[in-house]
Amino acid sequence: MHEELIFAGFGGQGVLFAGQLLAYTALAEGKHVTWIPSYGPEMRGGTANCTVVVSRDPIGSPVCQNPSIAVVFNNPSFEKYEPLMMPGGLLITNDSLMVTQPERDDLEIVPVPATELATQMGEVRIANMILFGALLARRPLVSVDTVQRVLIDKLGNRKAHLHEANITALKRGMELAQHAEV
Amino acid sequence: MATATMVEEQVVYQRPEALNDIPTHYCPGCTHGIAHRLIAEVLDELGVRERTIGVSPVGCAAFAYQYFNTDGAEAAHGRAPAMATGIKRVLPNRVVFTYQGDGDLAAIGTAEIIHAAMRGEKITTIFINNAIYGMTGGQMAPTTLAHQRTTSSPTGRDVALTGFPIRMSELLAQLPGAVYVVRRSLHNVKEIMKAKQAIRVAFEAQINGLGFAMVELLSTCPTGWKLTPPEAMEWLEQEMLPYYPLGDYKVADDVAPLLKKRR
Amino acid sequence: MAVELMKGNVALAEAAIRAGVEAYFGYPITPQTELLEHMAKRMPELGRAFVQAESEVAAINMVYGAACAGARTMTSSSSPGISLMQEGFSYIAGSEVPAVIVDVMRGGPGLGNIQPSQADYFQVTRSAGHGDYHPIVLAPASVQEAIDLMGLAFDLADQYRHLVFVVADGLIGQMMEPAEMPPMQPLRQERPDWALTGAEGREVNTIASLELHAEGLEAVNLRLQAKLETIRAAEQRSTEILTEDANLIVVGYGTAGRIAQTAVLQARQQGLKVGLLRPISLWPFPEERLSELSDRVQAFLVVEMNAGQMVDDVRLASGGQVPVRFYGRMGGMVPVPEEILHEIVTVYEKLITSGV
Repeated sequence: MHEELIFAGFGGQGVLFAGQLLAYTALAEGKHVTWIPSYGPEMRGGTANCTVVVSRDPIGSPVCQNPSIAVVFNNPSFEKYEPLMMPGGLLITNDSLMVTQPERDDLEIVPVPATELATQMGEVRIANMILFGALLARRPLVSVDTVQRVLIDKLGNRKAHLHEANITALKRGMELAQHAEV
Repeated sequence: MATATMVEEQVVYQRPEALNDIPTHYCPGCTHGIAHRLIAEVLDELGVRERTIGVSPVGCAAFAYQYFNTDGAEAAHGRAPAMATGIKRVLPNRVVFTYQGDGDLAAIGTAEIIHAAMRGEKITTIFINNAIYGMTGGQMAPTTLAHQRTTSSPTGRDVALTGFPIRMSELLAQLPGAVYVVRRSLHNVKEIMKAKQAIRVAFEAQINGLGFAMVELLSTCPTGWKLTPPEAMEWLEQEMLPYYPLGDYKVADDVAPLLKKRR
Repeated sequence: MAVELMKGNVALAEAAIRAGVEAYFGYPITPQTELLEHMAKRMPELGRAFVQAESEVAAINMVYGAACAGARTMTSSSSPGISLMQEGFSYIAGSEVPAVIVDVMRGGPGLGNIQPSQADYFQVTRSAGHGDYHPIVLAPASVQEAIDLMGLAFDLADQYRHLVFVVADGLIGQMMEPAEMPPMQPLRQERPDWALTGAEGREVNTIASLELHAEGLEAVNLRLQAKLETIRAAEQRSTEILTEDANLIVVGYGTAGRIAQTAVLQARQQGLKVGLLRPISLWPFPEERLSELSDRVQAFLVVEMNAGQMVDDVRLASGGQVPVRFYGRMGGMVPVPEEILHEIVTVYEKLITSGV
């Protein structure tokens, strides 16, 4: 197992946190992992993004040119990363904010209306966990149980009121992605 | 046969222990030697010589660390207050002082002295203001008086082009971290004795952990000013005192009792 | 101690604390600010000294002061701030007191940007200040190595009474990676006998870098150079993979070295006999190992995040025996493995003659 992931969106969408959640969880499961924010050739403009590499083996490069997985939180990120994806790669999109139609047919594109759903659920900030759930459903890089445990730990007591909403969002994302048409 | 009577000798004047018995490189008539001696006497009287670390400047007093019989360091130009900060922060129960000239303190090291005072570093600064750069051969200092001739203001300091001389005591006195800021002069015996009292208070303020203390000493530079030593003393009195009034610019409330003790 | 996910800057700071740093002085600058922030929180709670200085100039001179007082002390900064500290470095080296500097390099020249760069290799390895000396320079390629080298930096600084740099770049500073902290070392209780502590019951100590007489200053320099020669002989550090049978060896340090490692593995998958030498000490440069390798490889490819600086050291160490090629990115651009692989393949096709 060796996956190179990009999480990308606007600042404030919980993009970096989603990447960190994967990194913390991968570590909890004894996997090799690196997390870097907004660096490398993908750095453009005022968006927030991070690269996460998860691997069975020690990691050389923490930067990647062609991600095998991308979770894009907005349309500019979709436009940026669709052409860069590794053939056969997984692209999770926040369908609520998509404008551009996909051009490639060699990718596994999973649209998830994360922002709309999160808004319906009463907490727009949990859109990131809906997308994260979708990622887990399609690529079980780490177990859901570990994610839940790490998520609660990282949110901490100060955000105890958000624990349940985040977990619900995670599960909702998983359900949606399991049933989504590719 | 006359009987010889033995008269016991009394020591009435001697070199302070805190001053080394070596010749200095200062020019004849320069008041650095007086300032050194006053500091050394105070260190002796306070009994802190063996707890003291001096930080020397770049300028005429660069070798001060060789003249004081205390642990000493030689700082980069203007950085003595920063270096003293580093020393004092890891040795809070030692006595740390900087000895700085006007180029060192009021030009290249302006940021360091202001921020050391702002932080209320518990150090003592002795500031020698002789209105000129002595070591490099008599160039204009930030403290050079208007119309004063120096090698870099050969027709006299033109304030329209070079600004007005800076009054550091007045400036530093504004900072809450500075607890004792005074200006004294070394041009006659009476003022020298007052200067010593101030130096003593400045060290006591530090020893009592009260904050930053500075004594500015108006000093002569006969060589740089191109005057004889007596003329230099006179020039200081005539020219410098009006622009740099002697006085106490800051005596914080908890420093005041240190003054009363003297009287 | 457990393995934790740690950001490079925070790891560097905490590793210094574990190594017994007694005083930290710094000034905020991206991309190393988390290091200063960690110190701001941790040092006071441990009863140690932390000062946010008014400038990098002041910060390094505070370090100089604390070092003269015999404390384990450090500062951290990034390229423009390191430029401002040159004066202090030189005084520290000239008066032979120990100090540790972290330089999280960013893109230059000038204000440049805050992206990862290795453009200051010359600045740190050549002298890092006026006068005739080299600081010891250590370059980690991972968060764990950053932690390990931080401890080593303090030990080497004390051992040689010298200036030691740990140079990372913005990527290592910002990267999160699993790593393990060493246990907390107790603060050193005794001050070194040369330190300025007040001359109680002893002759006075003085520390200065001033020596007006040429003969005297030459003697100071000869002593300094003899020390540097000892360091040069004893402290060369590097690591390597797949060099045993390699025809082409890629040389890179820090982030560039780490990314090059992935490219080297990709080249191996294509059947190219390529290895990697990753210098860990940039000064002293691992010239002995490089010289040995140059006896049996056909070419070197140097990869850096600059216009080609360490490549000079590789050329010197290999003594012109084999071609030395260079590939670099600048201005904060980080090379990806694919472009290094492309360069490897190009150089290999051009220069490697024996069987693949």
